[in-house]
Amino acid sequence: MIRPDAPVLLEIRDLEARVEDKAILKGVNLTVRAGEIHAVMGRNGSGKSTLSKVLAGHPAYTVTAGSVTYRGDNLLELDPEQRARIGVFLGFQYPVEIPGVSNLEFLRVATNARRAEQGHEELDTFAFEDLVRERLQVVQMDPAFLERSVNEGFSGGEKKRNEILQMALLDPLVAILDETDSGLDIDALRIVAGGVNQLANADNATLLITHYQRLLDAITPDYVHVMAAGRILRTGGKELALELERRGYDWVDQELAALEAAEPRTPAEVA
Amino acid sequence: MGASLAAAPGRDTAWLTPWLAQLPPPAGDLATVQQRGRRALAEQPLPSARQEDWRFTDLSLLAQLPLAPASAAAPQPLPPLPTAEPDVLRLHLDGCQDPLEGHTLPAGLEPLSAADIAQGLGHTLAATGCEHHWPVDLNHATAGRVLALRVASRARVRLELVSAQPEALLPLRVLLVLEEKAQLELSQLLLAEQAGLTSLVLEAHLARSARLDYGLVALGSPQAALLGHLALEQEPESAVALTTVTAGWGLARLEPRLLQVDGQAESTLRGLQLVEGRQIADTHSHVQFGGPEGQLDQLHKAVAAGQGRSVFNGAVRVPRAAQRTNAAQLSRNLLLSDRARIDTKPELEIVADDVKCAHGATVSSLQTEELFYLQSRGIDADQAAGLLKRAFCEEVLRQLPPPARACCPQERLQLESR
Repeated sequence: MIRPDAPVLLEIRDLEARVEDKAILKGVNLTVRAGEIHAVMGRNGSGKSTLSKVLAGHPAYTVTAGSVTYRGDNLLELDPEQRARIGVFLGFQYPVEIPGVSNLEFLRVATNARRAEQGHEELDTFAFEDLVRERLQVVQMDPAFLERSVNEGFSGGEKKRNEILQMALLDPLVAILDETDSGLDIDALRIVAGGVNQLANADNATLLITHYQRLLDAITPDYVHVMAAGRILRTGGKELALELERRGYDWVDQELAALEAAEPRTPAEVA
Repeated sequence: MGASLAAAPGRDTAWLTPWLAQLPPPAGDLATVQQRGRRALAEQPLPSARQEDWRFTDLSLLAQLPLAPASAAAPQPLPPLPTAEPDVLRLHLDGCQDPLEGHTLPAGLEPLSAADIAQGLGHTLAATGCEHHWPVDLNHATAGRVLALRVASRARVRLELVSAQPEALLPLRVLLVLEEKAQLELSQLLLAEQAGLTSLVLEAHLARSARLDYGLVALGSPQAALLGHLALEQEPESAVALTTVTAGWGLARLEPRLLQVDGQAESTLRGLQLVEGRQIADTHSHVQFGGPEGQLDQLHKAVAAGQGRSVFNGAVRVPRAAQRTNAAQLSRNLLLSDRARIDTKPELEIVADDVKCAHGATVSSLQTEELFYLQSRGIDADQAAGLLKRAFCEEVLRQLPPPARACCPQERLQLESR
């Protein structure tokens, strides 16, 4: 929901970032207010996933210019764990399997880290188990998953639901979901989307990184941004997503080409 | 403080002579064994780096250790231990006292007679080809008693052996005979907080369809060394599950040696060794198939931090008679610092042509993606590393029989990262 006077949760200004020697983000601008759902769409290689990793603080990526403020504070100077504790959540495109680390134990430690930051009491094993069983319903997951190692042997859909379960436990203010819909069948998609909708409220915000339009049938975005070559090219409403679906990404390439022709090359690009 | 090895070990045996001379004269049931062992030590130099089996393992630490026999040193009391389970017989091995004194043995467990000991002692060492190994000779030279037990046919026995090494050389000798369809769950705990050397030689012979579930947990300190030979002989249809865990020793060398006398048996080996500081841990395992259709499932894991060094050599021998052997060996190693070192090597000698003999080794550091995933959930870097290390170790730890597992909680195995 768009409310112009809602507090700004995330402000991204002219963000540039690279991985090893390759520049990926070339000036991203985005403002996210409380209560909003944003969709970021684009081709593979457009920089969508990189954006999510940079916001979460992945060590492989280096920010070379620009700023990101979270609730007015500089997000980029914080470690990944600190960003998570203050309410920035990244739902991974490919959640890692961690054999030997119990899902239940992992969820409890993560939940308590967030609770400590929020000034809440930490939950012991029993209290946490009550909480997690209740939250399992948001994603319709079997409690048996708690006994297994983190994501080990989970199907794609189960991994994505485990991500949303974590979201349900960690209560983030900004949730960045990186291609949460990829690899999901209709039923899994419905459950994941249902979970996201259930958790969205007037105080938090969601950034959906997605390739396909279909997720946006289930989760209605307030803003749709089209990303190409490391920048947001165009911003619109839901209709923009439908237009992409209809026309494909070719027109995006044409716009991008026109844009780059008109722009003077930056020193970074020349070098 | 007693005798200690004065000169650096190496090619000659000159330093051994004064040490041997200071040992109390051979006495007791093992007097002949002691004599033979001392003669052998007098003739055989300390293994040097020029011998392939000792290429990576530096025995120079032994030169600095107090090596008077435990019988001459002040006894080391056992630290507090988890309460023994009601059906587990817990025996204290200190190399001096009779461990069976004051205990009533459960049904199905009885001491071996002197005649049985004479016949059986050394049999499995010879069968597994290690009766002249230096650590075995050292044990022969110094061990004054042997814990020799028989598990009767079809009996099920749970046994726990605990030892705490004093500031001395603690020689431990165990001989186990499992009759047909006998089942023994054996948990053994070796603790060394003091400087010194723990020398263990354990032999076990499994008759047809017998089963041995043996967990060895050896927790040492940087000034202590462990030399252990575990020789197991399996008749057909028998099963051995051997799980060893070593951590904290200045030097630990384990040699699990298995022989499937005529194949058709199951051998499951699990090992975990942890080193940090300047510690060295070395497992040289040796599995031999004497006949067809034997199975081996071996997993060895090591964690090396600081400037620690881990060595693994997994020998598997599959001669022509051992057709349709199914063997798999995996060595997984976690390197936690730039200066730690892992040496791992399978040593497969396969002559039979209809066999499966898989082997693999990995060496990695903590995975960036796994660490980042945990951090992205608010878990700080150190805690995340700790979780991943614990997960790595747990795969082996959970194979230990429960009494051994109870003595080896994850907290006891905490390692520095750098």
